Amino acid sequence: MPKLTIDGKPVEVVDGTTIYDAARKHGIRIPTLCYLESIQAIGACRVCVVEVEGARTLVASCVMPAAEGMKVITNSRRVREARRAVVELLLSEHNGNCQTCERNNDCELQAVAFDLGIKEITYEGGKTKADVDSSTEAIVRDNGKCIKCRRCVAVCTQVQKVGALFPQFRGFKTVIGPAFGRDLDAVTCIQCGQCAAVCPVGAIVEKDHIGRVWTALDDPTKTVVVQTAPAVRAALGECFGMPAGTLVTGKMVAALRRLGFDTVFDTNFTADLTIIEEGMELLSRLKKAVKDKKPAALPQFTSCSPGWIKYVEHFYPEFIPNLSTCKSPQQMFGTVAKTYWAKKIGKKAEDIFVVSVMPCVAKKYECSRPEMNDSGVQDVDAVLTTRELGRMIKQAGIDFTSLPDEVVDPIMGVSSGAADIFANTGGVMQAALRTAFEVITGRELPFENLYIEAIAGMEGIKEAEVTIEGTLPEWSFLEGVTCKFAVAHGIGNAHRLMENLKSGKSSYHFVEVMTCPGGCIGGGGQPRLTTDAIRKNRIKAIYKEDAGKKVRKSHENPKIKQIYGEFLNMPLGEKSHHLLHTEYVSRDRV
Amino acid sequence: MAAKTCTCSLEVNEQELLKRLDDVLNDYKGKPGALIPVLQITQKMFGYLPEVALKRISRKLDKPFSEVAGVVGFYSFFSTVPRGRHLIRVCLGTACYVRGGKQVLDAIKKNLSIDVGETTTDRNFSLEVARCFGACGLAPAITVDDDVHQRVKPARVKEILEAYLPGKAVKRVKSPGKKGGRK
Repeated sequence: MPKLTIDGKPVEVVDGTTIYDAARKHGIRIPTLCYLESIQAIGACRVCVVEVEGARTLVASCVMPAAEGMKVITNSRRVREARRAVVELLLSEHNGNCQTCERNNDCELQAVAFDLGIKEITYEGGKTKADVDSSTEAIVRDNGKCIKCRRCVAVCTQVQKVGALFPQFRGFKTVIGPAFGRDLDAVTCIQCGQCAAVCPVGAIVEKDHIGRVWTALDDPTKTVVVQTAPAVRAALGECFGMPAGTLVTGKMVAALRRLGFDTVFDTNFTADLTIIEEGMELLSRLKKAVKDKKPAALPQFTSCSPGWIKYVEHFYPEFIPNLSTCKSPQQMFGTVAKTYWAKKIGKKAEDIFVVSVMPCVAKKYECSRPEMNDSGVQDVDAVLTTRELGRMIKQAGIDFTSLPDEVVDPIMGVSSGAADIFANTGGVMQAALRTAFEVITGRELPFENLYIEAIAGMEGIKEAEVTIEGTLPEWSFLEGVTCKFAVAHGIGNAHRLMENLKSGKSSYHFVEVMTCPGGCIGGGGQPRLTTDAIRKNRIKAIYKEDAGKKVRKSHENPKIKQIYGEFLNMPLGEKSHHLLHTEYVSRDRV
Repeated sequence: MAAKTCTCSLEVNEQELLKRLDDVLNDYKGKPGALIPVLQITQKMFGYLPEVALKRISRKLDKPFSEVAGVVGFYSFFSTVPRGRHLIRVCLGTACYVRGGKQVLDAIKKNLSIDVGETTTDRNFSLEVARCFGACGLAPAITVDDDVHQRVKPARVKEILEAYLPGKAVKRVKSPGKKGGRK
């Protein structure tokens, strides 16, 4: 437990703590552009330099461990001048234009430059070559703006275990990107957008769909309908300075109406629909395995997270049969809106324009998958990230914080609390169990307040098991069977889980995977920068939304009963099969 | 001393070489720091680093392809394009440069009609520049494969290269080593 002083203030920290962490813990802010809490501390950007008494040079505080008796100065003329020089050098290479950059006012380089009081760039020299890669559906990279902090490399290789990005070439010609400086579509990328979520500048961003949404809103021949994923309501407020975890469901609905959407629905509705279909699919696989003693693809994997789907297709194609065939709630929504609801309002599928608001970047990719057109046209036409919706609201001059609370439109806006928790890691599993257990036993899931703590937290892989007792006659073959579940979030954790499954080290009946750490609330399209503390706040807000709902189980949603009565007939029926289920393809790994 | 640059790539087909690569990878699998030695061996086997080999290395060593590519692109000794049987490196380090390394390079370019980074059409020579072999006392220096040629004059270039033409027995020149190379 070394004792040291930082700016004269005595502090004591645990062994191995860096100066940067020690300072931050004691309320002293040190600027940085490359540090990422618990993911990366590599001293790459040199902005976090501090003075240590007796040391010959300034030291990068994010990599220097605090030591006994150390005297650290974070704010001296020497430190300030060094930081200014470092940032000026970065700016001298940075091939960006703040006014037209989508990170304007949301850029860490801009903020650091302002905080350091940089008034002019005294260094002259080459600019990084502008090289825009928009080869993929979801992600746009511009190497000219890249400051080579390597945060994207850390999340892509360590957190997500995908490894699409790495420093290429050498010296001034270094670029951070796919192998040999190729475009992103030439390599294996799951489009999760975690790189875009941690980029300090405008070098990695989502593909902009704002333009096509405005065009649709201006087109009088189009009925423009919007759906919002559950995770958006727990984060959108952050775009307007509200604290993380502020629920803004009502204001969000009000803002969407003011933007001109004809109908404001909720992805939650099709999240409930997903639970019915996916729950019944699980039960039918269990029946096949336990009662009929036939081979069944167990464990069943959830299929809501498009990054995870693409990951399995590239890295574990042998497990494709294990993926639930259910489309994600976003895609079910698109199909149902352009068939069931279109018929209700007397419109054709091509006259309806479906916009999703998602915490996700991969959803942009998902809606463009060629098989996602069961309504006869592309089921979902545009996907806005939470950040993009925030920008649209600003573009329209809407004063978000003073909006009244409004409620969503009926039918495809009605949802249960089970749908809300789709946003959190462990949420889809909990929602599915609330319904499946009740189908089998006729009784409520035996957990206090329907909340299964064992699979709710931030641990990377969570496991739970339920022994089924008191089954209804139809499900008596499951009597006494212990069902095992696992939940993973972040593809790095999913990778561990898959390796355990492959080696036989673990076995489960049902596995939920969400691509992003924390689940959708930590998605690649959420307001930046998502830390663990922010994840926890958003998760809490979502559970609050669930607890506040009268209906907390998907099968009790009256509008779900209605859609089966009027349109789909029965879960896993022919119409469901055609409209709500999909298939996957084995993909190469580069 | 390391084995001479292998020229068998011209005689052995790629499938056979990939099979040999698999043996190498099995030896190195799971060992820390395996990537660079494996890349060196692969380059010797194939004469360059073909993408099919790099992909195999990436999978077997469980390293992302982007990382393998990053390492290959970082070091100038690695090449992803086929090379000639003999690799000429001309030192343009400070000592060699001031003592006429540039003129030697120009003479070689003219003699072979290729530029830096290129290979002659008969695939006999590839040309690269280097920064210091540690033979500054004998500047200007060039290497052909593992042979170091010292105090090279532009007029001597033709004679040096002739020894490496197909059918000629290669006259080996002893490397000066560390001690002999510096004064």
